[in-house]
Amino acid sequence: MQAQSKIDFSHFSADTLHAAISGTWKISSKLPAPEEVLNQLATDPRIKNIIINASDLKGWDTTFLTFINAISKECQKENIRFEIQELPKGAKRLLRIASAVSEQKDAYQKRKRKSFLYMVGDSAVVFGTSIVDMVSFIGEASQAVVRFFFGKARFRRIDFLIYIEDCGAQSLPIVTLISLLVGLILAFVGAVQLKMFGAQIYVANLVAIAMVREMGALMTGIIMAGRIGAAYAAQLGTMQVNEEIDALNTMGISPMDFLVLPRLFALALMMPLLTLYSDLLGILGGAIVGVGMMDITPMQYFTQTQASLDMTNISLGIAKGGIYGIIIALAGCLRGMQSGRSAAAVGEATTAAVVTAIVHIIITDGIFAVLCDALGI
Amino acid sequence: MTTEIEKPNTPHIIVSDLTMAYGDFVIQRDLSFTINYSDIFIIMGGSGCGKSTLLRHLIGLKSPAKGQVFYGDINFWDITPDERSRIMQKCGILYQKGALWSSMTLAENVALPLEEYSGLSHSNIKEIVSLKLALVGLAGYEEFYPSEISGGMQKRAGLARAMALDPEILFFDEPSAGLDPVSARRLDDLILELRDSLGTTVVIVTHELASIFAIGNNSVFLDAETRTMIAQGDPNRMLAETDDPKVKEFLTRGESAVERVIE
Repeated sequence: MQAQSKIDFSHFSADTLHAAISGTWKISSKLPAPEEVLNQLATDPRIKNIIINASDLKGWDTTFLTFINAISKECQKENIRFEIQELPKGAKRLLRIASAVSEQKDAYQKRKRKSFLYMVGDSAVVFGTSIVDMVSFIGEASQAVVRFFFGKARFRRIDFLIYIEDCGAQSLPIVTLISLLVGLILAFVGAVQLKMFGAQIYVANLVAIAMVREMGALMTGIIMAGRIGAAYAAQLGTMQVNEEIDALNTMGISPMDFLVLPRLFALALMMPLLTLYSDLLGILGGAIVGVGMMDITPMQYFTQTQASLDMTNISLGIAKGGIYGIIIALAGCLRGMQSGRSAAAVGEATTAAVVTAIVHIIITDGIFAVLCDALGI
Repeated sequence: MTTEIEKPNTPHIIVSDLTMAYGDFVIQRDLSFTINYSDIFIIMGGSGCGKSTLLRHLIGLKSPAKGQVFYGDINFWDITPDERSRIMQKCGILYQKGALWSSMTLAENVALPLEEYSGLSHSNIKEIVSLKLALVGLAGYEEFYPSEISGGMQKRAGLARAMALDPEILFFDEPSAGLDPVSARRLDDLILELRDSLGTTVVIVTHELASIFAIGNNSVFLDAETRTMIAQGDPNRMLAETDDPKVKEFLTRGESAVERVIE
C-alpha cells in the first residue's frame, strides 16, 4: 500500500510559505497539482519565499520533478525565492541535468503562426512552382524517351517485365469485375428508357458505344490510377526516403531513365490492351442484361453490337487508354520523385499521385469529347 | 605531369568560402578547407550542425548558396550536370543507411555501376562483385535482397557498391553508426587499408571519436551555434592544441561538461 501523497502548508512568518511534502509521489498515485501551492501565492501576495520540505517523501519518480519544476518556473517569473529542503540526492541530480543545457529560445520561433495574406501568397507561389515542376518533369521524361530510342538510355529489362506483369496480368481480375458491372449498369439504365419506346434492342448499341468510346478507357484509367499510379508513387517515394535515388544520381545513372522509363513504357503498353479487354467485358455485361431480362436472343444482341461499332470508335477508345496510361505513369512517378523524406510524405505523395492522375484523365477525356465533336468523329 | 599531381599533400578537393542554406535559413557559412590526395578527412561536429549537408554539397546533390567547391582545378558547381556526373563517377559514396537499391540483390547492386561504366564482360563483373563483397565480409550473400540482411550488413554492402569502380575518392556518411564496435573497428581498418594500398582519398562525416582519432589525418569541425567552422587540421593535434571549449568538450566526450553537471 502506497502512502497517500499530500502537501501540508504552514506559515511561520508572513512572507514565507512552508510546504511539507509527504507520501509517495509516483505516476500511479493521485498527486496534488502544483496549483495547490501556486494558489496560495495568488491568495497571499505578501509571500516572498517558498520552502518545501521533502523529508517525509517516501518514493518519487519524474512526476515529482515535474511538480517541482512547475513551481520553480512560476517562482522565477514572480521573483519569489524557492528552496527545497531534504530533496533526495537522485532528484537533485536529475533536476540539475535537466537544466544543464539551456533552453533553445529560437526553437519556438520557427513555429510562429503565419498571417492569412502570407499563406494565400505562399500557396499561390507553391501552385505556380508545382506547374513549372510538372511541365519540366514531362519535358525530362520526353527527353528520356528520345534518348531511349537513340539507344542512350538504359534500364534493366527484368524491371520492365515485372512492371508489365504488375500492370497487365495482375490487374485483370479487378478490371474484369468493374467492367462487367459497368456494362450491366449501363444496360439497366438504358433498358428502362428504351422500353418506353419499345426499342429494347438498342440497348446493345448504347452499351457498345458507351463502353468502347468512353467507359472502357475511363474505368480502366481510374482503376489503374489507384492500383499502379499509387504504387509507383509509393515505390519512388520510399526510394527517396532511403536515399536510393541520391545513390543513382551520384552514380551518374539518371533516375529518369532507370526508374521512370520502364514504368512509363509498361503502363503505356498495357493500358490499351486492358482497355480493349474492358470493352469486351462491358459488352458482355450488357449482353447478360439484354439476353437475360429483355428477350433479346444472343445472336440478335451480337449482330446489333457489331452493326453499331466501327473501327473509329474502337481505336478512339484504345488511343484514350494509351494516353491515360502515360498520364497515370507520369503522375505516379512525378509525385514519387517529389516526395519528402518521411513516412507521412510518402503517404501524401501516394494520395497526390492518384488525385493528379484522375483529375488529368477527366480533363483529357473532356478535351477528347470536344475534339471529337468538332471533328465529327 | 599528371603523376606529380597525385602525390600526397596536393589538393584534391578545395572548398572555398562556402555558405550552405535551405532557403533563407543558413546552415553554415564561410567554410574554407582543403582535402589533399590520400587524406582521410573527417567532417565532425554535433548533431544538426550541417555535416551531412556539407557532404551533399561535395557530391553534387545540393548547390551552394555562396562560394565554390573545386575538384583539382575544376569549379564543381560551375560546370554542366553531365560534366559533374563524370567527376562523380570517380567517387564512391556510402550513405547513412546504405541506400542499397531495394529491388535488386546485393550482387546486382554492386554490379550496376560496373555494367554502366566499366565495359567488362559479364563473368568478369561477377568475379569483381564477389571480391568486393568478400572485402566487406559478405562473401556468399550475393543473392540476398537488402531487406533480408541486417542494417550493419546493408551498410557494408553499400561500401562494396561504393568501392565497385575503385573510386579516387570515397565519401562516408556516418559509416560506423549502427555497427557493433568490432565491425566498426574492422571498417576503420578497411578504410585505412584502401587509402594505403590504392591511395584513395577518403572523406568521412562522423562523430565517432574512436574512428576520428584512429584514422583521421585531417579534419574540419563545424559548430551549430556560430554556424561556421571553428577548428581544422589533424584531429589528434586538434585535441592537444585547441583552446576552444566547444572543440575540447566534443573531442573529450564532454568530460568537462559532465563534471560541471554532477559537480
